[in-house]
Amino acid sequence: MSNCPECGGVLKLSPDVIAHEILDCPTCGTELEVMSVDPIKIALAPEEEEDWGE
Amino acid sequence: MKKTKLGLLFSRVRYEEKLLFQAAQRHAAVQLVPLNTNDLVLDFCTLPDVDVVLDREISQSRALHVLNMLENTGVKTVNSLDTARIGGDKVLTSQQLRKAGIPTPRVKVAFTREAALRGIEELGYPVVLKPVDGSWGRLMAKIENRTAAEAILEHKAHLSSHYHGVFYLQEYVSKPDRDIRAFVIGGKTVAAAFRSADHWLTNAALGAKAYPCPITPELDALCVKACQAVGGEAIAVDLMETKDGFTVHEVNCAMEFKASMNALEVDLPGLLIDHCVRVGHEDRKG
Repeated sequence: MSNCPECGGVLKLSPDVIAHEILDCPTCGTELEVMSVDPIKIALAPEEEEDWGE
Repeated sequence: MKKTKLGLLFSRVRYEEKLLFQAAQRHAAVQLVPLNTNDLVLDFCTLPDVDVVLDREISQSRALHVLNMLENTGVKTVNSLDTARIGGDKVLTSQQLRKAGIPTPRVKVAFTREAALRGIEELGYPVVLKPVDGSWGRLMAKIENRTAAEAILEHKAHLSSHYHGVFYLQEYVSKPDRDIRAFVIGGKTVAAAFRSADHWLTNAALGAKAYPCPITPELDALCVKACQAVGGEAIAVDLMETKDGFTVHEVNCAMEFKASMNALEVDLPGLLIDHCVRVGHEDRKG
């Protein structure tokens, strides 16, 4: 478990969470990144860049 | 059996990358080497100890630089630098599809607002204006008339990136409320999904819903040919249905499959990893 750095809402992380995984805060919807899993560290995910895509 | 050292190039672990990591970690023949471009420091002599690299980098510009440096030291990449370069540029994509005789919408390219306006009127309204290097339906416009064309072209002229100085104009194709995304891996169309939306844009990123699409021999042959036209090994081909048959409007090199996978019973991550293992094995034999 952790907290959203934007709104403080509770984040329930899946047992198989991995570093650099992107997830949405269920409370405020902010896109977050798991910076590390041991210890758990959550940050705001980088914003979309113009050359992002598939 | 010697394991294939599979480098997975990424900077962002989305749904797709997480499944690929898990598929690679489960695979008996894979030694996974995560390559986070946020941490890479490359020179021209010392490069990652890998047999093959699967490109899942979300930034086109980063991917091109890394693929270039890897290929120049002999590391095999999926997809290749050339394919990534073609797939990331709509002008190059359209050119390659046309050269291969693949049905694709008519395109005009211009470099000034005035010339773009002429190009639009040569194609005839409505016309679709797309960024030459865009994705996810971003900054796309369906231009219905001259008034709209003038306004949109003026707005585009004020966008800062030099890519917006290339006006990629595509004829608007009348289609049902859906398009098709087909997944070609290793020379075979392994899965296909309809993407349906009320909007004219049917990107999953914009909320289009996916459901299974039958892979007919015609669809398979066309998608494989489109993949070959861009030199691809693992490509998502986007097509539309017209009264004259299918038309291919886009190819995607770092395929996204979240929306489609929820609708299809195909292990796309597993198939991608299997393909990379084959590529790495063949490269070692060579």
